[in-house]
Amino acid sequence: MTRPLHKNGDLISGALLAGLGTFIVLEARRWDYLAPDGPGPGFFPMWYGIAMVALALVLVAGSLKQRATAGGGPVNWPEVGRALFAWAALTACLALLKVLGFALSLALLTLFIVSVMYRRPLLHGIVAGILTSAGFYLVFPLALNVELPVGVLGF
Amino acid sequence: MEILSGLMQGFAVALTPGNLMWCFIGCFLGTVVGVLPGLGPAATIAMLIPLTFQMNPTSGLIMLCGIYYGAKYGGSTTAILLNVPGESASVVTCLDGYQMARNGRAGAALGIAAIASFIAGTVGVILLMLISPPLAKLALSFSSPEYFALMSLGLAMVVLLAGASLVKALLAMLVGLWIASMGTDLFTAVSRFTFDRSELLDGVDFVVVAIGIFAVGEVLANMEKREAAQVLPVPKGLRNLLPTMKELKACRFAFLNGAVVGFFIGILPGAGSTIASFLAYGLEKAVSKHPEKFGTGLPEGVAAPEGANNADTGGALVPMLTLGIPGSSTTAILLAALILWGLKPGPLLIQDNPDLFWGLVASMYVGNLMLLVLNIPMIPLFAQILRLPAALLYPLIFGVSIVGVYSVSSSLFDVWMVSAFGLLGYVMRKLDYPAAPLILGVVLGDSMERALRQSLMMSQGDLGILVSRPISAVMLALTVLILLVPLVKKANAWRVKALQENG
Repeated sequence: MTRPLHKNGDLISGALLAGLGTFIVLEARRWDYLAPDGPGPGFFPMWYGIAMVALALVLVAGSLKQRATAGGGPVNWPEVGRALFAWAALTACLALLKVLGFALSLALLTLFIVSVMYRRPLLHGIVAGILTSAGFYLVFPLALNVELPVGVLGF
Repeated sequence: MEILSGLMQGFAVALTPGNLMWCFIGCFLGTVVGVLPGLGPAATIAMLIPLTFQMNPTSGLIMLCGIYYGAKYGGSTTAILLNVPGESASVVTCLDGYQMARNGRAGAALGIAAIASFIAGTVGVILLMLISPPLAKLALSFSSPEYFALMSLGLAMVVLLAGASLVKALLAMLVGLWIASMGTDLFTAVSRFTFDRSELLDGVDFVVVAIGIFAVGEVLANMEKREAAQVLPVPKGLRNLLPTMKELKACRFAFLNGAVVGFFIGILPGAGSTIASFLAYGLEKAVSKHPEKFGTGLPEGVAAPEGANNADTGGALVPMLTLGIPGSSTTAILLAALILWGLKPGPLLIQDNPDLFWGLVASMYVGNLMLLVLNIPMIPLFAQILRLPAALLYPLIFGVSIVGVYSVSSSLFDVWMVSAFGLLGYVMRKLDYPAAPLILGVVLGDSMERALRQSLMMSQGDLGILVSRPISAVMLALTVLILLVPLVKKANAWRVKALQENG
């Protein structure tokens, strides 16, 4: 079932930002607001924290007011799911960096995107993975002497 | 007359085969490192300084400055093609540059960036040559209250960067300010918002936030649909890959705006090209006949920030050469190079080392032309990147993002943060929160807080210092005006609606 994105989105994001603003204000209260020689570390966060709470409440109020009216695009959850799936793949690749190193992790990520997310033949994915990793290795560590994350295998 | 004879002397120095070669090498290297996110001009110049010890100082400085302005131009390439801003000043270029690429005008956007860089860079050099010493003295009259006012003016640009909702744009900016305050407070050594993570003690690097929000967020949004086999359209034929006369004509004010704003902001130590590019974009949008089209792929939206970014180079060299005051990390490294060569940057530099000063000025004319000649033929080549199918382009962008962040800090924690900011960028897109105000907050937040606290220290807590100084008062008045305009417009719209309903 799809639901209007903007009404709920504004309400939820507004509430979350009001929470973040409150957290900022509470944290800022732990630090000096004014030090002997001028404003302390709590001065600036206190003010933008208060502004964040105020603006977030305006957003929440606005979304509650609009609830009665029509509008807002429906959320296409399968599409959002695909994007989150891609994000999970990227995160898994980052988790593997320490163990497999950049070259192998990127090759696996490329293979996953090509063959699983875009449903190309497995061989295409493997070739693309190897070529992408090799290209990065040639340009960055070899030609430009830029360090890349190294895994337990030493590359 | 003195300037003309100095310039002639400079061209005699800059046009020697040796110096032409160093200028070319500098421009080429600069463009290459500029294209790669994370590797900025400061790091490249620092790496190459040892090589210049064997050269004479003039040739060395010509090459290092070539890297400086070459990298400024190169930064726009990934911003336009991949939505990956390599440096903070390229963020604004993403807004319209990437949209132009999406509309099949990637080549035109790259061409406009090259031409804007050339025009603004040349104007910057002319201004550097004509008005360096008096302007450098004026820049010195900028103190913390003026800097606070300038940063406020920069942040007020959020109004112009806002999409449909100003509230959301302001909230995004406040989140940016929050991210900017993470780390150790420089005044009191108090750790703020570090969540007991030692990696956060140094704060969050801008590159991490920008690459996450712009590049990773964009890719995630594009990956929602499997059908997008080819990401962006690339028209065939060289003619379609270069800007049209109509596009160039539309940009004529933007070229000039970028050049002037970039140069004058560049002179102010610490202001930097980021604020220059945001201000030039904001000004362009404010005076445009169709401001609503900004952000949808307008050539002016590329020309103004790119021009400002490049003209800033000429401006930034003014305080460095004439007063010995570096305004940015790159000019600080250039200053170190000058001192290592045994030169004394300051008011007597032009008098004591005319060959060096005028040679550098003349080489910047040559270098700007060289960059144009070097980059226009490369546009079709760069545009080919967009012909890659989505399935191959997206892993490439993920890879460039990881390398860009890791090359800055060698920290896997930063790479993790890119992933987190990527998700944030995606969610912001889905909920219609504009990304640029958040970046603006991150870039300006720290400097703004520092300037405010220093100002209040100067006045022992009296806020009056911010409005009692003329330059700061004018800039703060402008800030308030910019912030009030949308409110007045909205109030007027409500009034008209109420009148219509009643009548």
